[in-house]
Amino acid sequence: MFKIIKKRVLGDKLVLFDIEAEKITKSCLPGQFIIVKLDEQGERIPLTICDYDGVKGILTIVVQEIGASTKKINMLNEGDFFQDVVGPLGNPSDLVEITDDELKNKNIVFIGGGVGVAPIYPQVKYLSNKGIKCDVILGARTKDMLILEDEFKKLNCNVYSCTDDESYGLKGPVTNVLKMLIEDKKIKYNHCVAIGPAIMMKFVCLMTKEYNIPTIVSMNTIMVDGTGMCGACRLMVGGELKFACIDGPEFDGHKINFDEVMKRQAQYKDEEGRALLKLIEGDTHHGGCGLCGG
Amino acid sequence: MADVDYVEVNMANRVKVREQEAKVRAKNFDEVCFGYNEEEAALEASRCLHCKNPKCVEGCPVGLHIPDFIEHIKNKEYDKAIETIHLSSSLPAICGRVCPQETQCESKCILGIKGEPVSIGKLERFTADYAREHNLTEKIDIKKNGKKVAIVGSGPAGLSCATDLAKLGYDVTIFEALHATGGVLTYGIPEFRLPKEKVVKPEVENVKKLGVKIETNVIIGKTITIEELMNEQGFEAVFIASGAGLPMFMKIPGENSNGIFSANEFLTRANLMKGYRDDYDTPIKVGKKVIVVGGGNVAMDAARTALRLGAETHIVYRRSEKELPARAEEVHHAKEEGVIFDVLCNPIEIIADDKDNVIAVKVINMELGEPDENGRRKPVEIKGSEHNIECDMVIMALGTTPNPMLPKNTKGLETNNKGCIVHDDETTATSLKGVFVGGDAAIGAATVILAMGAGKKAAIGIDNYLKNK
Repeated sequence: MFKIIKKRVLGDKLVLFDIEAEKITKSCLPGQFIIVKLDEQGERIPLTICDYDGVKGILTIVVQEIGASTKKINMLNEGDFFQDVVGPLGNPSDLVEITDDELKNKNIVFIGGGVGVAPIYPQVKYLSNKGIKCDVILGARTKDMLILEDEFKKLNCNVYSCTDDESYGLKGPVTNVLKMLIEDKKIKYNHCVAIGPAIMMKFVCLMTKEYNIPTIVSMNTIMVDGTGMCGACRLMVGGELKFACIDGPEFDGHKINFDEVMKRQAQYKDEEGRALLKLIEGDTHHGGCGLCGG
Repeated sequence: MADVDYVEVNMANRVKVREQEAKVRAKNFDEVCFGYNEEEAALEASRCLHCKNPKCVEGCPVGLHIPDFIEHIKNKEYDKAIETIHLSSSLPAICGRVCPQETQCESKCILGIKGEPVSIGKLERFTADYAREHNLTEKIDIKKNGKKVAIVGSGPAGLSCATDLAKLGYDVTIFEALHATGGVLTYGIPEFRLPKEKVVKPEVENVKKLGVKIETNVIIGKTITIEELMNEQGFEAVFIASGAGLPMFMKIPGENSNGIFSANEFLTRANLMKGYRDDYDTPIKVGKKVIVVGGGNVAMDAARTALRLGAETHIVYRRSEKELPARAEEVHHAKEEGVIFDVLCNPIEIIADDKDNVIAVKVINMELGEPDENGRRKPVEIKGSEHNIECDMVIMALGTTPNPMLPKNTKGLETNNKGCIVHDDETTATSLKGVFVGGDAAIGAATVILAMGAGKKAAIGIDNYLKNK
């Protein structure tokens, strides 16, 4: 059992949890993810690590409510438990594998979209702790969905926030801001990390390819076990079959077939919709989901 | 001697085991086979000739004293029967159900020459079930030696190694990556073949009763490394029983379309996550017409699971029925239940609609050519025989390749060109001092009983290593 120490609602359907998970915090690195399972009946849900404190043994995750299972999780409170938390899974970010000298030669722009802002955080913090400054673009659909801006501002980085509906910050989407930084501010980036919805990563990659900026993306594919066993997370990277859980989650964004990824991500949409409806309607659920003939 | 003198023992035919009727069981997940009752077991046991030089024992990967335990059944000495089994096997209720007895112990039975061999598997299962239902627990005196051994994985290899080491006095901890114990027994083999609550859990509990600790949600190589286990946590030896690995795909066009699953994913959603049950949250997809590609036990399990979830289910296999690698009993059961076999047929392309959902599999007919290096006749494509089989879901049951995760994160652990961990066949020792390996991680995908045999072998290897250290 893994206890929730702190819960903080960050925005619309976006909740931050601090969890006691000592073993994981001692071994995890930026870029890796974990799998949580709420209870006996729960799904195994992969979530990227947002922050970790190896001394206190506390792991921070951000959960976006997108279906029944994540809705149930976001109803948990401080003092409640996850039955299972396992990790760290996947490979650490390339940035933590290279030397400080190599890092200093990089001019990096991080782009986080929606809940994808969370996994950007430990990477920027890692660089910040090494005294390496970078640019960060934080994007969201609306002001209510923009998260962790204050936390980023405490790090050694320039933060550019934007919203698609222009309710806050610069005018989104994130690619607008990226273009502005490259074209107007004449910043020469030689490394980009983009994490967010597949559609966002797709358009960021199209743009960075134009400007010849190597771009790393983190793939939040469908997963079951997260250890290489099921193959649900498979995707084509440069024409090769890869598993996001053990080969990733970070890949060269210019080699990813995002259209295929998006189609595969939608695979369980019907089932997820039904489960959510059932959860919301509770005992009054009697059809309308197209399955039970109601 | 036996109580069954009044019934004439039929030496040619075994006592038929009662099963759920095919039509009924095709719609539920309850166990197919009911097993023997006391009378049936005694009657079947009395068929055993108790050979002086029993061939059946040679056919058993763990060397079970088969005629002895059968003799005890005949005499209704069930405590002695289970004691005899426990000398060699820690998971008899499981082996009695899933071992390929027809190619092992039973294939060597003398009665098999003229008629049907003794139903050894069903008798083993009977004994284990009887012992569990009547609380005939193992009484053993364990003298702890204070030496710590870590085991990676709680599947059949890990459990059997843990059992033997615990009995020898070692302080054993099993680390399991998933949230549930049992490995393939839990995520892979379906409920209707191997009930989880009734059979797997009690067998795991029996191992725990020997003092073995099991920690779930710990991935060795990720959460903790082997180096940390040995250098910081005081484990003097490690046994790697991490199981099979990544599912193989055919690498044909359209294979990443929606509706194409690995058997591992489909079975894990069904067995481990209980996706077919309304009260569990994990979704599982089942089409109206499902094609399962492959002919092994995993293919049969996937096909029979899809069938139970309401699909018209086809097995597509590139060789002929005779070459199906699955156990004869599984093929027989699958057919009885209504699984359709399209043999000598191989997929060459997956066809999807504009939303990328699979609508058909393009296949080509095959014929059997010359035998390959394993003596199996090689399937050869028949030119011009391409045709489409309509379907809305495809399950790939083509086997697995070793999981690179642990070797990649363990300095000095050597693998061969196939990715299997290099080891000494006798001692099971790897290239790293104090680290041993067994089961699918060592030899690639095999059976539960071979994994158990490997676990036992490793226990001896580890004991010898630590005694001489």
